[in-house]
Amino acid sequence: MAQKKEILKAESKNFNFHYADGTHALKDINIPLYEKKITALIGPSGCGKSTFLRSFNRMHDLYSGNKYGGEIILHPDNTNILDNKVDPIEVRMRISMVFQKPNPFPKSIYENVAYGLRVRGENNKRLLDDKVEEALKGASLWNEVKDRLPDLAYNLSGGQQQRLCIARALATDPEIMLFDEPTSALDPIATVNIEELMSELKKKLTILIVTHNMQQAARISDYTAYMYLGEMIEFDETDTIFTKPSKKETEDYITGKFG
Amino acid sequence: MAISNKKTDKDLNVIRALIKKHKKNDQIFAGIGFFIIISLAITLLVLFLDLVIDGYPKMNLDFFSNFPSRKPEGAGILSAWVGSALVLVVTFFVAVPMGVAAGIYLEEYAKKGWFADLIEINVANLAGVPSIIYGLLALGLFVYEFGLGTSVLTAGLTLSLLMLPIVIVSTREAIRAIPVHIREAAFAVGATKWQVTLHHVLQYAMGGVLTGIIIGMARAIGETAPVITIGALTFIAFLPPSPVNDVAPFINFSWLEAGFTVLPIQMFNWISRPEHAFHINAAATGAVIIVLTLFMNGLAIKLRYNIRKKIKW
Repeated sequence: MAQKKEILKAESKNFNFHYADGTHALKDINIPLYEKKITALIGPSGCGKSTFLRSFNRMHDLYSGNKYGGEIILHPDNTNILDNKVDPIEVRMRISMVFQKPNPFPKSIYENVAYGLRVRGENNKRLLDDKVEEALKGASLWNEVKDRLPDLAYNLSGGQQQRLCIARALATDPEIMLFDEPTSALDPIATVNIEELMSELKKKLTILIVTHNMQQAARISDYTAYMYLGEMIEFDETDTIFTKPSKKETEDYITGKFG
Repeated sequence: MAISNKKTDKDLNVIRALIKKHKKNDQIFAGIGFFIIISLAITLLVLFLDLVIDGYPKMNLDFFSNFPSRKPEGAGILSAWVGSALVLVVTFFVAVPMGVAAGIYLEEYAKKGWFADLIEINVANLAGVPSIIYGLLALGLFVYEFGLGTSVLTAGLTLSLLMLPIVIVSTREAIRAIPVHIREAAFAVGATKWQVTLHHVLQYAMGGVLTGIIIGMARAIGETAPVITIGALTFIAFLPPSPVNDVAPFINFSWLEAGFTVLPIQMFNWISRPEHAFHINAAATGAVIIVLTLFMNGLAIKLRYNIRKKIKW
């Protein structure tokens, strides 16, 4: 792997994950996330890429019996976010997430974006207004909704809803944003919007994205990890993965012989 | 060509016959369903109309503003409806906070396991326990053990026991209807369990919770057996002290200790008299109870509809 001068933002070290029913979903995953880069996780359904992504903000803690193994280290403070002493809420305040299906709250557009700040105890109206505007601009949604912030969020189209969810995740100034197949429920135009948005966002923060769509990974990501059956098969710069992968399995998947 | 056409015609006829046969099942079921619904509606309507017609001579304001009396013409339901109202106030303030809190706890906080299952079965069972059993429990516990006597408070507590399982079950069902992805969205921005409960779960479940509360109240208003068991008076010609008065602190709670009667007991009392004139009073009281119940159930449906219109995912 050609090492450029990248700053390490986070890394998983020998990361393992067991679901409550005993399934060993992830085995010894070692993946680095570089600062202000987009890292894509690709692989066939059920390979564990979403499970891996959801570990980054401890979503699995919501359901009892799930077990993490190994470490996910967050830099520059070297915090192991899987440590029992680290509160999952602290992790979620640093790492935000955008889900597969747009999932705005059944509240107003404004309240959706402001919610992360409200949770943090922010009640200053002017500050909230500024932050909501900034986040909506950051999610390129401001021009479409600025005149109807009190409207209910479900009145927006699917693509707008997803950008609203991005604004919600953005409003709290996260260090890393997780995207779990963010465009799989959207039409091609909305997909292009979201992809352009992600390229814009990476100027400010680090992105980890799970995608089913290999072209999408090739288009937007800087690094790509190919996963299969709970294992990380290959990790490299996206160009390398898609042009000259070092593993046969990766090549088979990329070229569509398999998967 | 002709042969194959003929074959197609034949196949089509077979398919059409099949569809016709299957559609007949649709019609049969729809017919039976319609018949049952109509019979139920007619039964209820006839019962109600019967009460209204029988009680018609008493349908005037005096009926609501007079105390019961030995003379049927002058007798009214003043003490009964005031008693019912006060008892329901107690029931509401006891059963709603406890029931909603219990529902939230069971659904959001309690660890899933055999213990939670045991509680679940018990709550479901409580909803089906005959109300007279609650009356006996209340007689032993509230009247004798706690020494609360036959008071508005005792009756309110007793009816709140009856209402609790309804509120708990409807709260839990309303919470379960909230999709996982909405819940995860709230957690993902860093909300605590309590914040998720307060800002999301409770708000989105409000329609179902309100419906449960109102249906529970509608049930409580018509309950007779447990209130008789705790020894409610059947003839009361006075009102409990007013909950609000004109001297500071403007609110008093002595009404909680007052003796009382409620609408269904008043009705029961009149129907067991031999004189026909009292039966007219009973019919009028019955009509009042049914109107109240219908009104509350209607309100529940309306509230649920209004809230659901605003909440979509």
